[in-house]
Amino acid sequence: MTNKDLRLAITDISKSYGSNSVLKNCSFTFAEKGVYILTGPNGCGKSTFLRIASLIEDPDSGAVSYFSDDEVLANDISLRRRITLVLPKAGLFNTTVYGNMAYGLKIRGMQKRDMEDKVDGYLKSFGLLHKKNQKALTLSSGESQRLGIARAMVTEPDLLFLDEPTASVDQKNSEIIEEIILKMKKQGKPTVIMTTHDAGQAERLADYLIRMNEGSLEPSISLK
Amino acid sequence: MHSIIDSFSRALFLILNLNKELLGIIFLSIKVSGTALVAATFIGLPLSALLGFRKFPLKGLIISLLNTFMGLPPVVVGLFVYLLLSRSGPLGFMGLLYTPPAMVMAQTILAFPIVASLCYSAIVSVDPIIRQASMTLGATPFQISMTIINEARYGIMSGIIAGFGRVMAEVGAILIVGGNIAGYTRVMTTTIALETDKGNFELALALGIILLVISLSINLGLHAIQKRGALIQK
Repeated sequence: MTNKDLRLAITDISKSYGSNSVLKNCSFTFAEKGVYILTGPNGCGKSTFLRIASLIEDPDSGAVSYFSDDEVLANDISLRRRITLVLPKAGLFNTTVYGNMAYGLKIRGMQKRDMEDKVDGYLKSFGLLHKKNQKALTLSSGESQRLGIARAMVTEPDLLFLDEPTASVDQKNSEIIEEIILKMKKQGKPTVIMTTHDAGQAERLADYLIRMNEGSLEPSISLK
Repeated sequence: MHSIIDSFSRALFLILNLNKELLGIIFLSIKVSGTALVAATFIGLPLSALLGFRKFPLKGLIISLLNTFMGLPPVVVGLFVYLLLSRSGPLGFMGLLYTPPAMVMAQTILAFPIVASLCYSAIVSVDPIIRQASMTLGATPFQISMTIINEARYGIMSGIIAGFGRVMAEVGAILIVGGNIAGYTRVMTTTIALETDKGNFELALALGIILLVISLSINLGLHAIQKRGALIQK
């Protein structure tokens, strides 16, 4: 998997739930590598935008297009395996920490031997190696969120979507998660598209800052 | 009082001496109910998955029917299978009446709604975030379904065990379709009914004790599974 030329173009998307209009004609092109942060008050539509952009949900109108070398990629399983969304509640499986980490690799058909080395490497970098055989559902909320991100990262996505990754964790874990994102920013991979309602965090992490207000996107600011 | 104690001690003697007739009856009971349970699971689990994962017309009606059939009276099932397998019935040519396969058929009908309904409840109780999480990690629709079934495993096991408890304890259906033939279709519950009628309490009591032990083991197993599932959910 490479990050080469995977670009995302959101064109004029709108989404309503019943009579509640959540997104209104949003357009944005994620053309460069880096960390994009979507900020705005709670309930302004950030999470819905992220879910639609990561192909988990369909918009009512508009288009989500992924490009590679100027070629539009079909919305199929091979594209979905190049992008990953980490939800605010990690949604860990009822198995061990290792089982959770191995899931994405197993469904991609990776051999068990290769899988173990890779999982161990990622668990180590996320400070969870000592919890490898522990039941994932017994982890603290901060550890769960770290595992959620590690589980996504081990699949080596080109694009990583993070929905409020520090919203439900303590200060210490919030700092650890910020460090992990800063590391990705430094390495230039994967491209991160993240939501947060914490303005300070947004400024600390962002290459590009995008403000959202009542379902509409404002022009982005480059902090590079 | 004296005769009860006397019967009880003779029953214990039969158990402790591993009486051949007793063992044959126990073995046949487990074989018939076990086979019925496997058949009910093979039909019930895929149906519960279909109900849990797909939307289709009459789905609500099927779920309501399953819930209703969970309380099917065994004698009614016995009568239904009897009519199917009797000489003049549509499946009479198979010559299955008063054979163990007829008993398996009746018990499968009894266990199937319990297995399907409880497995369906287990599958739909899985947190929707699991589906989303597996989707975000790149799972195919089939892999997502298997992940949800795996997450529902404790509830599914409870459903299967509850089905086993139901068929092991029933007497009406197998008495009608099996005929309670000694050494061929006589199982624990039908023997208890027959021997009690004859006033031969020692064999009836011995089988009653064993049935209770099996029932207790099933419930202890069920409790352990539910406890384990609850602990992990914490």
